[in-house]
Amino acid sequence: MREKTSNLIFDSIKNFILVFLLIITLYPFVNLMAISLNDAQDTAKGGITIFPRVFSLASYTTLFKLPELLTGFINSVLRTVIGAVTQVFSCSMIAYVLSRKSFPLRRPLSLLWIFTMYVSGGLIPYYFLMRSLGLLNNFNIYWIPGITSAFAIIVIRTYISGLPESLIEAAKVEGAGEFRIFMQIVLPLAIPVLATMALFAAVDHWNAWVDTWLFNPKKKELTTLQYELMKKLASSNSSKSGKLGAEARRGSGSGGTTPKSIRAAMTMIAAVPIMLVYPFLQRYFVTGLTLGGVKE
Amino acid sequence: MGKNRKTTLLSELGRNKTLLLMISPFVIHLIIFCYVPIWGWVMAFQDYNPIAGITGSPWVGLKHFKALFAEPLFIKVIRNTLAISTIKLVLGTTTSLFLAILLNETRHKYFKSVTQTITSLPHFISWVVTANLVREMLSTDGGMVNDFLMFIHIIDKPVLWLGVQKYFWWIMGWSSVWKEVGWGAIIYLAAMTGIDDQLYEAAKIDGASRIQRIIHVTIPGIKSTFLILLIMNIGYLLSAGYEQMFLLKSGLTQDVAQVFELFAIEWGLNKLRYSFATASGIFASVVSITLITVTNKLSHKLGETALF
Repeated sequence: MREKTSNLIFDSIKNFILVFLLIITLYPFVNLMAISLNDAQDTAKGGITIFPRVFSLASYTTLFKLPELLTGFINSVLRTVIGAVTQVFSCSMIAYVLSRKSFPLRRPLSLLWIFTMYVSGGLIPYYFLMRSLGLLNNFNIYWIPGITSAFAIIVIRTYISGLPESLIEAAKVEGAGEFRIFMQIVLPLAIPVLATMALFAAVDHWNAWVDTWLFNPKKKELTTLQYELMKKLASSNSSKSGKLGAEARRGSGSGGTTPKSIRAAMTMIAAVPIMLVYPFLQRYFVTGLTLGGVKE
Repeated sequence: MGKNRKTTLLSELGRNKTLLLMISPFVIHLIIFCYVPIWGWVMAFQDYNPIAGITGSPWVGLKHFKALFAEPLFIKVIRNTLAISTIKLVLGTTTSLFLAILLNETRHKYFKSVTQTITSLPHFISWVVTANLVREMLSTDGGMVNDFLMFIHIIDKPVLWLGVQKYFWWIMGWSSVWKEVGWGAIIYLAAMTGIDDQLYEAAKIDGASRIQRIIHVTIPGIKSTFLILLIMNIGYLLSAGYEQMFLLKSGLTQDVAQVFELFAIEWGLNKLRYSFATASGIFASVVSITLITVTNKLSHKLGETALF
């Protein structure tokens, strides 16, 4: 009996904490969603919590008219797709070679990659390297440096090493070359891990903004969505009178918007793609985490 | 003998020509993008001039390292980085562990998986978005935190949380807990599912309460996972996650927000003191490697799991 009551108390406290955590996690998103869908002047009065009070799409329609936002969106999608596909393909090829026991350079080359997980040259030498390679103010900087990733290689190699060796041996007897074995046998079998790694790469690419900021700030046509959002954040932070704010006060554009409503709408645009796919793909992410041991 | 080994290596490579061909382009890529920048460290021992390049710039020995440690700002950078990442490490580890224990005690499958999914979502949201959420929540104009604290009469008027230096490190710590607690819990939870159920049963028969079972069965069961994660994270103590600091700092908090990477960006790319900024990067790298080696050794000595 005593056991039962103490269990009940324990469970109540535990569930209370978990529900509290859920609310804290979700509320900021819901609140910003409500602000982005609410009339900006009305929002300024305060009190918006989880539902819009005066529904308005003005913030979104204003945003979609900004040319830099559309460019940023296209570039973000492009780098996400190109970056994820090239990284996963290259890393699986490397992983396959490094998993072949007959390959004599297997250990030294693996170490060469693992070393880069702990030591990097740092920003300045990297910057000058990009400059001499002609990658500054160039779209290719978004995907070329990320072609090989030590983390992805290790995870995929672990997975490939677990595939039955007999399949590869059988294909060899049939006379298939290493490249054909990789393309036609190993790649299809490794799809679960490849999907996981592609997701990780895609998320990283979608969320990246530092490379635009440091390496591509001068070319408007190379902007990315997260970088545009960062700029809005920075400008509203330093001065209350950004270009959009001034427009809103003059009442131009499509109805009232404020820097706050614009930021809210933009945050939604930057976050929603991930929030939409995440619940369905969550188990793949978790697989990646457990396969790779530990990432960060 | 040596010659013999060389010929075997060459003939083995010859037999694996296709494999060699498949990997060579990527080895070249690796050398260019990861090892050439490390070679670029020599810049720190020169007065680097981009026009003359590494071969044409004059050598100055340890001049920039001496200047670095004479620079009061740099000492602040070390302090800020260590403080923020220690706060993040301690808060992050304890909250993730705590959440994992709570989830592990939850029998309701659906509630457990929904909680796990939702709490790990912010891990995949960019820092740009997260920073905006944090700013909104802490804003003086209708932010949740101020409204709530005013509602329960802890404060009378809104506080500009992000403008106060003494709160800054803690805001960094807690906002990163918000982002990472669920994701961090997954790995501990995975370790907890590996604990033998018989241990819990035995403890139950011995009359252990639920909390006693957590303390004596669950926590010892994940000790090695905990230690490995700790060692890895200690190696990263000098990278406190600069995106977050950059996006949440303001003129008011500049002094407590400057960390290594931001220091290198500011001095290297804005003030054009390339060699000086490179020296700060080398310092961070060397300290990281030392930290990870020492903690790993220590863990070995104590007879615990080690990373390598």
